[in-house]
Amino acid sequence: MPTAISQPSILTEAPRTSAVFPAWFARTQEAAWTSFQQTAAPKRGDEPWRFSSLKELDFSATTRAEFLGEASELIQRSKGLEQFSAKFVFVNDGFALAINHLPKSVICMPLAEALLSHSELVEQYFMRHPATLGSKKFTDLHTAHLSNGMFIHVPAGVVVEHPIEIFHWVQGQHQATFPHTLIVAGEKAQVRVIETFQSINERDATWTIAVNDLIAEKAANLQYSVVQALNTESKIISVNASEISASAVATSFQLHTGAAWARSESICRLLGEESRSYMFAVSVPSHDQEYDLRTFQHHVSPGAYSDLLYKNSLYDESRTIFSGLIFVDEGAHRTDAYQTCRNLLMSNACEANSMPGLEINADDVKCSHGSTSSQISEEEIFYLRARGIHSDTARQLIARGFSIEVISRLAHEASETYILRMLDEKFATLKS
Amino acid sequence: MSLLIENLHATLEDGTPILNGVNLEIPTGEVHAIMGPNGSGKSTLSKVISGHESYIVTGGSVTLDGVDILEMDIDQRSRAGVFLAFQYPAEVPGVSNANFIRAALQARLPKGQDIDAVAYYKNLYAKMDLLEMDRKFTARSVNEGFSGGEKKRNEILQLMMLEPKYSILDETDSGLDIDALKIVAKGVNAMRSADRGFLLITHYQRLLDYIAPDYVHVMSAGQIVRSGGPELALELEETGYDFLKELATA
Repeated sequence: MPTAISQPSILTEAPRTSAVFPAWFARTQEAAWTSFQQTAAPKRGDEPWRFSSLKELDFSATTRAEFLGEASELIQRSKGLEQFSAKFVFVNDGFALAINHLPKSVICMPLAEALLSHSELVEQYFMRHPATLGSKKFTDLHTAHLSNGMFIHVPAGVVVEHPIEIFHWVQGQHQATFPHTLIVAGEKAQVRVIETFQSINERDATWTIAVNDLIAEKAANLQYSVVQALNTESKIISVNASEISASAVATSFQLHTGAAWARSESICRLLGEESRSYMFAVSVPSHDQEYDLRTFQHHVSPGAYSDLLYKNSLYDESRTIFSGLIFVDEGAHRTDAYQTCRNLLMSNACEANSMPGLEINADDVKCSHGSTSSQISEEEIFYLRARGIHSDTARQLIARGFSIEVISRLAHEASETYILRMLDEKFATLKS
Repeated sequence: MSLLIENLHATLEDGTPILNGVNLEIPTGEVHAIMGPNGSGKSTLSKVISGHESYIVTGGSVTLDGVDILEMDIDQRSRAGVFLAFQYPAEVPGVSNANFIRAALQARLPKGQDIDAVAYYKNLYAKMDLLEMDRKFTARSVNEGFSGGEKKRNEILQLMMLEPKYSILDETDSGLDIDALKIVAKGVNAMRSADRGFLLITHYQRLLDYIAPDYVHVMSAGQIVRSGGPELALELEETGYDFLKELATA
């Protein structure tokens, strides 16, 4: 029996590609919309959604977010690093602020603008690979509806001194945003980007479906960090992929403190000799927050290195899912790959699910994977309390230290300071 | 003013008795040493006083300047003025030494009052200098990857920063070479004063060459079985603990 369509939603409304955007982009949106409609929704029993709470994937009453005109207060609230090379603020995907101290050769602008001024360059890198960890349907939805985001292109040899900051603010009950971040570091270029997702108020249940693609060309060094600090009514799906050429290094770091439900899919593709990938994540869920983290380290080339370290500190009745796979292609000899997920169980009611995995189709490979779940050791707690530190403070110091071990891997003091500040905002709301 | 232990009995969680009526008074201004063979209950005594939850107090009392501390939580006892220098200090990954000690000092301040960071670091550096600790130890995670000697120095650094009224040093000399021992002793001796008391727990007389005790006690089977002056330590060094067997059979 056909179901009646009662109200417009992102599931029923076709893309509204701006008339000024290039034809290739309109075609891409149309194709994505068709693909979205033809792709089945995840269902119970689908391996990429194992342990997931599929009931969270309800978009039926969700409409595209409307841009809010007034953003001066949000610009004030967009407090990141003391020193930055550029700073961009978006409100419901609408462009609100740009401060740009970058060298002239660096393209760093809202995607909506880049589609007009650098259409061919954007087309060259835009959505080159479909999502493979389960969210293909949702990246199609993202592609169909996206209207803005960031395009950053650092040309060969250019070293960007301070990080580029991007702030996204969202608001509107049952409204959805589709931010797209595309970063290309040319040969021997170096750049750090920090992106932050926050809610304007604590009340509105919003949806964010975000995609970010990182491309590190030969011998480039690209570091991307994302802070997800949405309100606890909101949900987010984010799909991150990095392509790493020979001798290049890509680092992707995630901090999750917010959202009712967050699904993150993160992929690295090691495409050249001596390419290196670092994938880090720190998650501190509490109450009934659920974080569903899926990763894929794809060794295409021989002689590449990848390291993944995900740490979750789970409070109250929160839940995490970690599913990671190291995949070594045929011929990707001399691969060096590591994957670790550690869960710190801060309550008796929390639940951590881990599914580490390896698939090796080459010789002379060094791979390890592991996952642990434990409570704070009694010995550590006793030691801190024996110095007069209150029990709650002691537990929090230890949980914070557990996270800091990952954050310090960024090896960039200003970024670490900012991420720690955002982490401490979460800890300030928690009782141990 | 004293740390007074009276007829203290304690067992393991499974009921195994470890302390069988310990009596000991450590007045301020004095340094007491407890010696004894392995398994005599020396380390357990230090843990019971500081509130370790693996032991159950089944009788007796521990009072600090007349106040019962056995009713207090672990952290309350510390803030009340008892310090335990651990034989095996825990490693706390991701928590820097400077932040750890600062949190311990902060816990002693009334709510809403904050540590003066400049004064704190000045004080910390001065004490680290005295203990010949490299400045890099402030940023390193507490005890993580420290050598045995570095851990013990770090214990004494905490003692010097927290300035407790009563300090218990549990086998602080174990695993230390002679140079490290001298440095640790220098730190402890710098803290000796008329308003502080010390209890040194040690297996060997060697530590007492560098931190001279006022009184020496021998512990066996969970009790203090002999007490005397510093000469008792020398006697034990010569004769060993064989006399304990005679006591047991007498």
